[in-house]
Amino acid sequence: LVFTEEDKYGLYSNLLFKYFLAEGVVCGHDLFVASAKDHPDNILKELPAPLLDDTHRHELGEEATAVKCEDFHGSMKIAWRYQNLPKVEASPTTSTKFGHYYDVSKTMSPELSQSIKWHSFYLPEELSSQPKMKTCNMNGAYARLLHSIQRIIYQEGFDGSDPQKKQKTILRIGIQSLGSMLWGDDICSSDTPEDIHSLTKFLYVLRGLLRKSLSACIITVPAHLIQNKAIMERVTNLSDTVVGLESFIGSERETNPLYKDYHGLVHVHQIPRLNSLICDVSDTKDLAFRLKRKLFTIERLHLPPDLSDTVSRASKQDLAESAKLLSSGCGAMAIGKKHLDF
Amino acid sequence: QGKFTLLRDTRTDGSFLVHHFLSFYLRAGCKVCFVALLQSFSHYNIVAQKLGVSLTAAKERGQLVFLEGLKSCLDLVFGEEQEQSGQPSPLQFMSESASNLKALFDFVRTSLTPTGSDSWKGPVLLVDDLSVLLSLGATPVAVLDFIHYCRVAVCSQLKGNVVVLVHSNEDSEDEENELVANSLCHHSDLILWVEGLATGFCKDVHGQIKIIRRASLELTAEQDHVQIYQYKIQDKNVTFFARGLSAAVL
Repeated sequence: LVFTEEDKYGLYSNLLFKYFLAEGVVCGHDLFVASAKDHPDNILKELPAPLLDDTHRHELGEEATAVKCEDFHGSMKIAWRYQNLPKVEASPTTSTKFGHYYDVSKTMSPELSQSIKWHSFYLPEELSSQPKMKTCNMNGAYARLLHSIQRIIYQEGFDGSDPQKKQKTILRIGIQSLGSMLWGDDICSSDTPEDIHSLTKFLYVLRGLLRKSLSACIITVPAHLIQNKAIMERVTNLSDTVVGLESFIGSERETNPLYKDYHGLVHVHQIPRLNSLICDVSDTKDLAFRLKRKLFTIERLHLPPDLSDTVSRASKQDLAESAKLLSSGCGAMAIGKKHLDF
Repeated sequence: QGKFTLLRDTRTDGSFLVHHFLSFYLRAGCKVCFVALLQSFSHYNIVAQKLGVSLTAAKERGQLVFLEGLKSCLDLVFGEEQEQSGQPSPLQFMSESASNLKALFDFVRTSLTPTGSDSWKGPVLLVDDLSVLLSLGATPVAVLDFIHYCRVAVCSQLKGNVVVLVHSNEDSEDEENELVANSLCHHSDLILWVEGLATGFCKDVHGQIKIIRRASLELTAEQDHVQIYQYKIQDKNVTFFARGLSAAVL
């Protein structure tokens, strides 16, 4: 269960959402798309097109060779201590290919997206059609969504209950903007919501469904709107993976030279610890994302070198604060709170 | 015998302790009732196999009673009405508006009450984890009542042990959770408090564990014993060492 906290304007989390679904199409998985805001048909029309292997590998290959050339050109003279450190890889290496790459500027061709089986749940349509059902004290919209998911899992044989319907593929479920007002839940608008447990109950039942069947799910939630932070803590507890996207649009960080190459930060709050005592923790925890014309990439956050003419920069204090939050591993200097001016 | 152990974690995941206690008590030959609310049976089974115990075998010979919360919840929400079977679901509080955990307690009590043919050593109740009950709609008072009833039944009457895991956070906004965690702290005989390091993330030291033996609960006017170790989790094992003496440093 991948839980994504949306960024303020929902631009980038939408992109991540579409990537998840597009990956499903390319891998031949079945899809289930649920939304209260956009009609799932429209969502499916806007999936990014997969990049053909040759062109992209060629591009990445060029970049990699360019970087390697710089390496040979001179051994470091001043920062020679750093010479023995392994080169920090900004983006994932081309040698290990996991998943596919997508071109954000093009949409997926209809033949490709129609090639898989997909199911949709559009809340305004569902509310008008179905009769009342057992809700377990949960918000009505959530209950309907759960019943719909369960029905698909059962009918298509993803839970293995019917030996005749052996499934060779998995079901990818995408739920957009859960918890927002459009789903009939008021956790985003009030500090003391009417039913504080609806969302967490929904997640628990969904977790049960996912564990019992061959499916994976991504949910995006406008976390910045949820007033009651206790809910976010409980939700984090109930999810396997929690990723937060913080975009720089409209915030003071947009003009901060520290972050000039990037469009936002990726906060990984939790990674799954399934079937083993340990989890696979990566070396660095500072990730940032950027949206180039064609690609959406997530990279390690690099501090740009401090090459200003004046001794002190305008927001040096801010820089120091943010630098303190970063772990070491960047190739830049350590910035302390006090400066030694010579 | 008759001890209540609280596992508490802050800023990190303390579930490795749950796995440890599960395999520990099964190997010791105790009858275990495991209320597993957060993960599926296969998850615990796979980890237990790495630690040398088979949960399926234990279930078959009646040593382990496993309540898989996720599965019970699905039966409750999507199953047909259960009045005919006469056995209410242990998680019944989810669908009722009165949030009392009596059905869950009845389940625990019936599974740990020794039958005539049992030859196991003392009963053990293991709960992973209690914070989930709050997320599912139980009030903190109901949760505390449930734990109290379990202590009376398991610790006093049956002379068994109870081990419970709760999450907590220092500056947590979840007041109900903090209330439950703090209240349980006062009642526990032994507290194992797992925390992430204050200095942040480290590859070689995954966290620190505080072991608090509540000698102050007994009538000997002693202070609580506190021991602090740091630990690193590996695939099949957890290594503990004194603070600052991790293998990476020495």
